[in-house]
Amino acid sequence: MSAAPAGTGRDAGKGPGFMSGPVGRNLGLVVALVILCVVGLITAGDRFADVDNVLTILRGASIVGVVSIGMTFVIIGGGIDLSVGAIAALSSVWATTLATQQLAEDVHWIVMVFTALAVGAGAGLVNGVVIAYGKLAAFIATLAMLTAARGLAEIIANRRTQIVRDSAFLDFFSGDVLGVPTLVIIFALVAIAGWILLNRTTFGRRTFAVGGNAEAARLAGIRVQRHTVKLYVLSGLTCGIAAVMIMGRTTTGSSTHGTLWELEAIAAVVIGGTLLIGGRGTIVGTVLGVIIFFTLGNVFTLNDLSSSAQAVARGVIIVVAVLLQQRLATGSFTFRRPGEGPAGGGLVHGSPAGAVSGGTSDPGGPGGARPGTSPT
Amino acid sequence: MSGPDRTTAGGAPLLEMHGIVKTFPGVRALDGVDLDVRAGEVHCLLGQNGAGKSTLIKVLAGAHQPDAGRITWRGEEVRLASPQAAMGLGIATIYQELDLVSGLTVADNIFLGREQSRFGITRPAVANRAAAELLARLGHPEIRPTAEVGSLPAASQQMVSIARALSQDAKLIVMDEPSAVLDNEEVERLFAVVRDLTAHDVAVVYISHRLEEIRQIGDRITVLKDGSTVATGLPACETETREVITLMTGRTIEYVFPERRSEVARDEAPLLEVEGLGLRGSFGDVSFVVRPGEILGLAGLVGAGRSEILETVFGARRATTGTVRVGGKKLRNGDVGSTVAAGVGLAPEERKSQALLLGDSVYRNISISSLARFARAGFLARGAERTAAQELTRSLDVRPADVDREVRTLSGGNQQKVVLARWLLRNCRVLLLDEPTRGVDVGARSEIYALVRDLADRGVAVVVVSSEIPEVLGLADRVLVIADGAVVAEERADALDEHRVLDLVMEGTAHRGTPVVTMQHEGDVA
Repeated sequence: MSAAPAGTGRDAGKGPGFMSGPVGRNLGLVVALVILCVVGLITAGDRFADVDNVLTILRGASIVGVVSIGMTFVIIGGGIDLSVGAIAALSSVWATTLATQQLAEDVHWIVMVFTALAVGAGAGLVNGVVIAYGKLAAFIATLAMLTAARGLAEIIANRRTQIVRDSAFLDFFSGDVLGVPTLVIIFALVAIAGWILLNRTTFGRRTFAVGGNAEAARLAGIRVQRHTVKLYVLSGLTCGIAAVMIMGRTTTGSSTHGTLWELEAIAAVVIGGTLLIGGRGTIVGTVLGVIIFFTLGNVFTLNDLSSSAQAVARGVIIVVAVLLQQRLATGSFTFRRPGEGPAGGGLVHGSPAGAVSGGTSDPGGPGGARPGTSPT
Repeated sequence: MSGPDRTTAGGAPLLEMHGIVKTFPGVRALDGVDLDVRAGEVHCLLGQNGAGKSTLIKVLAGAHQPDAGRITWRGEEVRLASPQAAMGLGIATIYQELDLVSGLTVADNIFLGREQSRFGITRPAVANRAAAELLARLGHPEIRPTAEVGSLPAASQQMVSIARALSQDAKLIVMDEPSAVLDNEEVERLFAVVRDLTAHDVAVVYISHRLEEIRQIGDRITVLKDGSTVATGLPACETETREVITLMTGRTIEYVFPERRSEVARDEAPLLEVEGLGLRGSFGDVSFVVRPGEILGLAGLVGAGRSEILETVFGARRATTGTVRVGGKKLRNGDVGSTVAAGVGLAPEERKSQALLLGDSVYRNISISSLARFARAGFLARGAERTAAQELTRSLDVRPADVDREVRTLSGGNQQKVVLARWLLRNCRVLLLDEPTRGVDVGARSEIYALVRDLADRGVAVVVVSSEIPEVLGLADRVLVIADGAVVAEERADALDEHRVLDLVMEGTAHRGTPVVTMQHEGDVA
């Protein structure tokens, strides 16, 4: 392995073979998960291997997991969404107001679900429009949404926790099908839908293109701004789904739901091998990333380690995971000497993101067509 | 340096490389390369894309470690273990994509990594003074040390790179296609700098695709082909262009242009109609038509507004005045999506940053503009998509033929074919080509030319922009000469030659005076 040259411009991506491909990278995640499970088995034995415990891990992972799927799209598309937790909180509060619950009582609890989804998608739409047409950095726009959405949730809920009264709703979302919790099934369905959307549709392909090289995508005829909006709406939608899930799990709608979800989701996506600069990433990686993240927490809890220690360990695992990803991607576990450059031969070939930000001659910059275009 | 016998220029061997071998998985990039450079000479390194030039200069810069071979520097064997080691010896490399930090000032960039400081506190005044001295020595005192590098034109940025090399007391400066981003006048000034450097015993390794430049500036030539040295130490003045090309390609052709079709039907309805098109601050009142099967060339100097005209026609820039019609239908101003939908394709000037998804596979790069064709209810039929891409890569002879390969790994000529394949798949009726052979080696050029002509013969209307006037004249049926953002002449291509075009450009520039002001005025009126 050590003899293989670190990635060069010529062979980046193709060169070092199997482990650098998406399959190989995900295999690395599977290995990591297996190691984690072995540690769990050794330290906590039967308590870890217990079916209920496995379901606990999955149930915990499923809510953030759904958010992470949306986040995967946004990040592959070259953006970031810091507002996911806040949007979920707002959706949960909006869906559990007295008025909504009254309507749900009169019609069906599905009204609450649709409300949550609509609020999530709506907040995502605001994010998307501000980013794509207002040309704000995604980081800033969604940071603003993070504080604004949570504030709005507090106003609506009057800082009180709203109890979900509809028992059919609670029965459905806290129930299970053949022993598998509904929440886990929802996560699985969202993940499968996400996989298909990313890998089998024009939407997915355009997402890779927009994140990989926005200017090239624009000049290839893709409506980059419109697509960017769709990505944030999708992310908001997954927040709405997560809101419904957490309402089912906690039986409440609250402005404190979803705290730090943005960190967990971004961490899961990154652990899963999605590049933060966009253009590359997988749903399978994200799913594995979420599960690894929550299994780690579970192993800590079973061993009676404090949540503070857990937080430290999470930080460490993010760094280790990303370091390993990079080594796997270049087919070399050795730390590269400075100057050999990162995968892709940084010296000469700019990263795709670099290519977008630098040296294009278009005055409008990446991001493209002008807002408010009208025929002359 | 002006003496008739430049082959004796320079003296003691400065750098010698013997039998350099460098393998990457699956590719033997360098297979026994020899290079010797003398102090104070301009040594030209020639070769087609993929011949190994880039790998060789990266070995020289310490960025790649050779698998075998010997490097001697001033008679002593050395190992260039890192870029720092190479710089320490006095080898500086100026890459094609300039490696400057655009947000920092000129002085900051020149002394990057070796900041002028005392007790960790930077001393900007000292740095600025030293930077000003260096730039003055390069004959560019007009570049202010405090200016932000990002705000400078490409030529000035290049001078900053050279100043950085000088500040490191470089004895050997490698320049990778420095003229690619410069216009003629800027190239002349660059040459003046290079001559001054060599007069001070600095050696320059000069890489360029433009053979005429090499005759102007070079002392000796080394030619690479397929990772090996095929000729070394040829005198730059006396070696015939034909011979150099033969060495590079194994063929004896310079530019082979395909034959024009007998006559473009004058009465046929024009496919592309551009009327009174203008872009504030760039060009104004440009009108032309292109009929099916016709190739229109836009000739002019860099900065004349050629690329801007293409990009505005394509909708990538929003026109301040004028209209564009395709097949009689007016296009929405500044809307690439609807322009593409109308059947127009653009192969932009900056292939890597404006056209390609470098990390994506060849077939995905080809199908990206035609996804709707392979989709039912948004779901892609990937089999059909790959097959279609495969057929195109086969008919365009894209090498290697593997459509799953990352497009990044292809040579410039093959990348350009991928861009053309994208628009072929889209069945576009109007093709806009901006510098179609930039970074494409001599051999692959004629293939691109033949391809463009073939497209025209199939009824596509083509507009070609190139800074190489012979290319425009050889490829196009009709030529618009552009000077300072305005059309100064329209002629049949076979009625023009390079001198005539240059004369027209000069006249046009003289007549129009200060064009930018004029055009802003026009824009305001509109």
